[in-house]
Amino acid sequence: MLEVEKINTYYDTSHVLQNVSLKVAAGQSVALLGRNGAGKTTTLRSIMGLTPAKTGSINFEGKQIRGMQPYEIAKSGVSYMPDDLRVFVDLTCEENLEIARRVCKRSGHWTREKVEELFPVLADRRKQKGLSFSGGEKKMLSLGRALMMNPSLVLLDEPSEGLAPLVVRKLIETIGEIRRRGLTLLLADQNLKFCRQVCEYGYILEKGTVVHEGSMEAIWANDEVVKRYLAV
Amino acid sequence: MMESLVHVCLAGISAGMFIWLVASGLTLIFGVLRVLNFAHGSFYMLGAYLCYTCLKFLGIDFWLGVIVGPLAVCVVGYVMERYLLRQVYDLELPYQLLLTFAVVLIADELVKIIWGAGSIGSPTVPGLAGSVQIVGRNFPVYNIFIMVIGPLVALALWALLEKSWWGRIIRAAASDREMAAAIGVRVPSLYTGVFVFGAWLSALGGALAVPYVGLLTTGMGEAVIINAFVVVVIGGLGSLKGAFLGALFIGLLNSFGTRFIPALDMFLTFILMGVVLLWRPQGFFAGVDR
Repeated sequence: MLEVEKINTYYDTSHVLQNVSLKVAAGQSVALLGRNGAGKTTTLRSIMGLTPAKTGSINFEGKQIRGMQPYEIAKSGVSYMPDDLRVFVDLTCEENLEIARRVCKRSGHWTREKVEELFPVLADRRKQKGLSFSGGEKKMLSLGRALMMNPSLVLLDEPSEGLAPLVVRKLIETIGEIRRRGLTLLLADQNLKFCRQVCEYGYILEKGTVVHEGSMEAIWANDEVVKRYLAV
Repeated sequence: MMESLVHVCLAGISAGMFIWLVASGLTLIFGVLRVLNFAHGSFYMLGAYLCYTCLKFLGIDFWLGVIVGPLAVCVVGYVMERYLLRQVYDLELPYQLLLTFAVVLIADELVKIIWGAGSIGSPTVPGLAGSVQIVGRNFPVYNIFIMVIGPLVALALWALLEKSWWGRIIRAAASDREMAAAIGVRVPSLYTGVFVFGAWLSALGGALAVPYVGLLTTGMGEAVIINAFVVVVIGGLGSLKGAFLGALFIGLLNSFGTRFIPALDMFLTFILMGVVLLWRPQGFFAGVDR
């Protein structure tokens, strides 16, 4: 479904991503692992077109999306939950969700009712503005907004970051529920344990290059790799 | 004395409404595009001249001129955003200011070339030409009409921004343009739309000013843009509510200044702006936050 091949991305003059390649098959859930500053966020942003890759190719459902505008990429079925969530603070909870569906104009399983079923707290706070939300609520809203676009691929940046263990467990269930609806996931997260529970395959990034890849079970079992690239 | 005060107030409010029409577009454009458009006063001027041309040379009704003139200015706004401003969004602020200032100079010269350097006496509006007695003095009916139009535009803008999806999309893009793009908003087109709409508001002010100002001059754009800038700064950049109240306030201040301390007339606005900036640098209604 998604094939990223040898992309190179720069911030001004610094060469952040160097020949990053990865593949996500339809229905799969893939993790991008690595320490802070390894290039996980930049990889997701490059796919979304927000920090465009200078060279390489990004193939999504048979279409070349490198060089396309973010709005075109969104409309072709990729949605994105940034690590800082970026809820529209001036809009109510309900408007944050509906705007994504209306703007993106893709139909599918996800409606506001379905998202509120998944995150009941969003129904309780329907008329409140995004500014008043707690961190956890913003995360649900940002994820809900991404689902409202009825994408086929969802990019999640640090979904488990800053959540209490109990909430992480709930998130794992939620992601399972989302996947049962046929969504494909690519997520960047530092929490190996979490990734092992929600992903089948993983790529480890360091200094902007893919240094290791394998099934999550294999990565989990490989002490040397874990110690070298992931231990803090 | 009492009559005089009432009339100074009424004059201030009606003058404020023209400033409001210009300031509303200015603040809307700043809130979304983050561009301070010096040329916004030129839209006002062009709106006035084009409306005037419609009724004087094409012989059409004033009201049709109020529709046609601003629509023609929309085309100018479209060309300016699409082919000029778009080139400088990613550059530093001074480039935007220089570019929009260049447009002011070009517009002024063009108006001189097309309509001549002199002033044009402006016509009266059939239907709204007379005046009514208010506390013992005559007050033009047209000014009353303007005092109704201003708040109506404010109400319509509020409804558009708060209640329509177009408005919600604008607010979303104003607070986070990148995330708006990531949910599928075609940001460049939205920018063009907002800029053209802002230009239309300013030109509408200009067209409606034709019977009010009595004279059309190439300097009329600059005169109004300075006031509008002060309004937008004291109201809070990007805040429509601030722009409306600010415009009323500046209109009244000018009116009272001219009447009671004519020597300080020109200074009052700037003294006020200075005081507000020292006291509340973000303006009274801090606008759309990033």
